[in-house]
Amino acid sequence: MLAMPTPRPDEQRIVITGVGLTAPNGDGLAEFRQSLLTGRSGVVPYEIRYFGKTVAGVCRFDELKYQRRKEVRRGTRAGGIGIYCAHEAVADSSLDWQNIDKSRVGIYIGVTEHGNVETENEIYLIKGYDYDTQYWSHHHNPRTVANNPAGEVSINLGITGPHYTLGAACAAGNAGLIQGTQMLLLGECDIALSGGVSESIHTFGIFASFHSQGALARHDAPAKASRPFDADRNGIVVAEGGCVMVLERLSDAKARGAKIHGEIAGYAINSDAGDFVLPNPQRQAECIRMALSRAGMRPDDVDIVSTHGTGTASGDIQEAVALRDVWGDSHRTAVNNTKSFIGHAMGAAGVLELAGNLPSFRDQMCHPTINLDRIDPECELAGLVVGEPRKLDRADVILNNSFGMLGINSVVIVKRYTGA
Amino acid sequence: MTADDIREAILEILSDIAPDEDLSDLKPDIAFRDQLELDSMDFLDIVMELRKRYRIQIPEEEYTKLASMQSTVEYLEPRMKDIEKS
Repeated sequence: MLAMPTPRPDEQRIVITGVGLTAPNGDGLAEFRQSLLTGRSGVVPYEIRYFGKTVAGVCRFDELKYQRRKEVRRGTRAGGIGIYCAHEAVADSSLDWQNIDKSRVGIYIGVTEHGNVETENEIYLIKGYDYDTQYWSHHHNPRTVANNPAGEVSINLGITGPHYTLGAACAAGNAGLIQGTQMLLLGECDIALSGGVSESIHTFGIFASFHSQGALARHDAPAKASRPFDADRNGIVVAEGGCVMVLERLSDAKARGAKIHGEIAGYAINSDAGDFVLPNPQRQAECIRMALSRAGMRPDDVDIVSTHGTGTASGDIQEAVALRDVWGDSHRTAVNNTKSFIGHAMGAAGVLELAGNLPSFRDQMCHPTINLDRIDPECELAGLVVGEPRKLDRADVILNNSFGMLGINSVVIVKRYTGA
Repeated sequence: MTADDIREAILEILSDIAPDEDLSDLKPDIAFRDQLELDSMDFLDIVMELRKRYRIQIPEEEYTKLASMQSTVEYLEPRMKDIEKS
């Protein structure tokens, strides 16, 4: 990471000036936030080919708001989610979109996986033709290239600057933000559309693989299925969703009098270099400390920790170990979990969960983790906000965890912008 | 299938691959491309849908025969005359 000395010149400070999102329990930040403060889940009964009945976080956004039917048909769900979120983010930013130089806009979209949905669909289809590959669609390659979701955003919005996706497993949402921040600091673009998307509920393989791993949640009441840190948790609820943020240099944001949601104060990415699926709390703690160090902060400077906790037996414990390692038994820092409401939105999870916390800078409320009826003693966290939102004395700094398979850890710290 | 049946089948395919277009006054003798927003991927969709729905194989060098409704029907009539209307 480029050095972020304090105080830095405005040209070296990156701020969030627009947020666009779709979550299973709300489209747009206002509705999403309202759901998080009122305990409204977005997890519903769901059925997918071959796997059958399960539960999932399902989005309800109007996919024809920014795309024609032909574009929806030709593209992917991930692309459609990216386009919806990007438009909403640009609208929220109040940028003079028609007149800005589109060659100076960069698109950096995180994905956990891409191409599974489209490949499964084609295989299902050619099964009806005895697997004759003459019936395999010419749309397969443009739909499954790894840059597809970001590329669809570029085509739809006429953005001619750089675009690509970042494959970072479930750390991808944070990775998208970090990449956008870095590109702005390097002067590669003037506006970064950064975030992550997930179309994962449309691939049976994700459900089947988590099930085979013993890591897929099940519950008679779908809204109760996602229960990070609870003693009776039994796995992940897969969700779709997306969040794109408009990032700019503070100097540019100030010059146009932009509304500022928050400032990227620090970030870090590291690797476990260990297991394919099991997380490593020591590396997670190192990642958190690295982000804090770069932000010039101590653990107690953080007001809210937005946890990654997915509801798996092992993962939640490992994250709790890492958090206790950094924060000890401090009650000063509030800790919450957004997956308990919406499930695991995969590539979107990190940035979506951060977005859900951003309004805390204005209302000083910390949304809770829900479905936590009986804490797993191994997941004890001093500052955990359970069941009901908590009014905080101070809400100036949010630290957002996002970890993924193959041992990728990411942390983003956002602080309230005070005009100073 | 008769010429009318084939015309109807093509309209059905077009309504699927170009769902935003109004096909009600499509001129038979004017190229699809000059009346509708169709690109090369859409034309490949027409070829693919004919293959899927009617098992009609169209060699690549003959794709140009699918330029307009009239030329498409003329080209397909002898190839689809033995196919039962579904």
